[in-house]
Amino acid sequence: MSSIAQKKGFGATLWDYLTTVDHKKIAVMYLIAGGLFFVIGGIEAMLIRIQLAKPDNDFVSAGLFNEIITMHGTTMIFLAAMPLLFAFMNAVMPLQIGARDVAFPFLNSLGFWLFLFGGVFLNLSWFMGGAPDAGWTSYASLSLASPGHGIDFYAIGLQIAGAGTYIAGINFLVTIINMRAPGMTYMRMPLMTWTTFVASALILFAFPPLTIGLFFLILDRMFGGNFFDHTMGGNTIIWEHLFWIFGHPEVYILILPAFGIFSEIFAIFARKRLFGYSSMVFATVLIGFLGFMVWAHHMFTVGLGPTANAIFAVATMAIAVPTGMKIFNWLLTIWGGSIKVTTPMLYALGFIPSFVAGGVTGVMQGAAPLDYQLHDSYFIVAHFHYVIVGGVVLAILAALHLWWPLMFNQMLSETLGKWTFWFFFIGFHLTFFIQHFLGLMGMPRRVFTFGANQGWDLFNLISSIGAIFMAIGVVILVVNIIITVVKNVPVGNDPWGDGRTLEWAIPQPVPFYNFKQTPLVRGLDTFWIEKQEGNKEGMTYAEPISDIHMPNNSFVPFVMTLGLFIAGFGALYNGEKDWAVPVLVLGLAITFASMAVRSIKDDHGYHIHKEDLMNEKGGK
Amino acid sequence: MSHDAQVYVKSDTEFNYIKQKRKQDMRGQITTFAIMIFLTLIAFAAVAADFSKYLIAPVILLLAAVQVVLQLYYFMHAKEKNHNVAMFFLIFGAFLAFVFILTFLTIIWWG
Repeated sequence: MSSIAQKKGFGATLWDYLTTVDHKKIAVMYLIAGGLFFVIGGIEAMLIRIQLAKPDNDFVSAGLFNEIITMHGTTMIFLAAMPLLFAFMNAVMPLQIGARDVAFPFLNSLGFWLFLFGGVFLNLSWFMGGAPDAGWTSYASLSLASPGHGIDFYAIGLQIAGAGTYIAGINFLVTIINMRAPGMTYMRMPLMTWTTFVASALILFAFPPLTIGLFFLILDRMFGGNFFDHTMGGNTIIWEHLFWIFGHPEVYILILPAFGIFSEIFAIFARKRLFGYSSMVFATVLIGFLGFMVWAHHMFTVGLGPTANAIFAVATMAIAVPTGMKIFNWLLTIWGGSIKVTTPMLYALGFIPSFVAGGVTGVMQGAAPLDYQLHDSYFIVAHFHYVIVGGVVLAILAALHLWWPLMFNQMLSETLGKWTFWFFFIGFHLTFFIQHFLGLMGMPRRVFTFGANQGWDLFNLISSIGAIFMAIGVVILVVNIIITVVKNVPVGNDPWGDGRTLEWAIPQPVPFYNFKQTPLVRGLDTFWIEKQEGNKEGMTYAEPISDIHMPNNSFVPFVMTLGLFIAGFGALYNGEKDWAVPVLVLGLAITFASMAVRSIKDDHGYHIHKEDLMNEKGGK
Repeated sequence: MSHDAQVYVKSDTEFNYIKQKRKQDMRGQITTFAIMIFLTLIAFAAVAADFSKYLIAPVILLLAAVQVVLQLYYFMHAKEKNHNVAMFFLIFGAFLAFVFILTFLTIIWWG
């Protein structure tokens, strides 16, 4: 690494991003890749709503419709929502706890490339004989019967992407446990950091069941296994259990960081300390724990028996208690605050009623007898879109506006931001509120069309119009981003003026080593305390300026992942093409060889020297 | 190494204390290793001696449980300080695994 700043060409920049281990650059890559998949998933959603806009429509065929709904769900959950949240976790969490990077920068890069290659693998199914078509849950009784290679793409693609998620989760856990700055005790961590911590713990425990389930599915479909085939002594219900043991914590992996984002926003723009900080932490941990105890509520109608249904129903409803605590804490944070209704705050204010509506319908479904009526109807579709769009997507959009200045030293336009919000928010309620009633009127989910005489025409049309509103909102957002990037007006640190946590105290653009000196944390809302005491620098330092140890960039994660990507095609065509097994072996050989290179070659990183840090350029 | 890092020189007492402690640790590890080999021998012997399988299965499982604990405490350093978080995650993971297996047994296979 040179200590002289240079203007880099396109090739050099590309190479820099391909090899980077810097959490801030990896965050940008997560944001771009996640954003791309969000758009792809959104286009799939639009196709669904076009198909359902009028009765007896033949815009897409029934088979293609199944592929579209499957890919919409899978893409949005695994390739859009989670990576976008990882983008903000990566960008913000190390800065909030006063760390120079995550604990394992190499693994951070590996996690990103695994996610990206897994996502690309999954989406290649569109061009290679058809996408998966058994729903995002891919229940074994459907997926084993599915012809073609769609489900194989699903199983292998998610296996690769899932490994990336798992690595990222472990990395965040170790970072938060080990790399907090002096004085940053657990009970002084900002809520975004806390929710990242708990969500990562959920990843740690929830992804292994998915991995096992997917391996069983891969073995059943490609290597002659019979785990889910009841005629051979298997059991199709096992997939459902394994999937939901993962799947329920998964929705909390999504919503907890969203809670963290909104907790930050409420405190910043109500310009008050977060109300009930310790109860917020407690509620976060409790939701994380209970998230593991309720998975069978997705399976009430499987026939688990009244005892099992009753146990899981009660456990499910218990989750409403810590969630309610959070809602009241947010309301009391706003209460009496000096509120600034900025774009992020607008999203946060819109989030509360939307998410409460989704939560209430969730408790309704938690009642097992009622769930027998609601199961597999549009009521369910309305419910999970209310929690995921009304919770997670609003949080991601809010975080995008809130932390854009932190990540890029530019401010997204507030005017366009508010236009995005109103289009998206109104469109969201228009699309999904009415679907509750479609469900109660008997419309089943995942149907590719409906008859004109069933009385569902008008409501479906309204729902489709709402989807157009949401699309307009997203288009305005994209325009906003393009305008902002082209204008490129630097805004400096703390552009909102009311930043409370450490990330806003760092000078902009954030130096690649984050902190010239590790900060000393003297309480919750570190930066706020320093500002109140008139500290112009925004930080109290815990150490004198000294050499900083940095990791070297590495191309190995990319190659390692490429090997798995190639091996995936080998596994996919096993027993069908002659080249399948050699390709499988070749891919795995590339992966293991790059692992060997990583293990054998010593890479001690490098030091930024004190003298370079002290001169004007700050070590660049 | 960073060139202005402080070099910490241990006092004699400290040096001897650490030496003593390392010696004890090493003794502990070797003893544990011997015990584990012995437990494994018992397990093999029980099978070789052709006892009733209702005796062998529980005995082997019990020995396995003891081995796991020894492994964690002596070789994975769970007994040392600052391993609380790692232990918490381990125990919580074991608890979840127990819950999952229990439900699988009760509502898939027995029920």
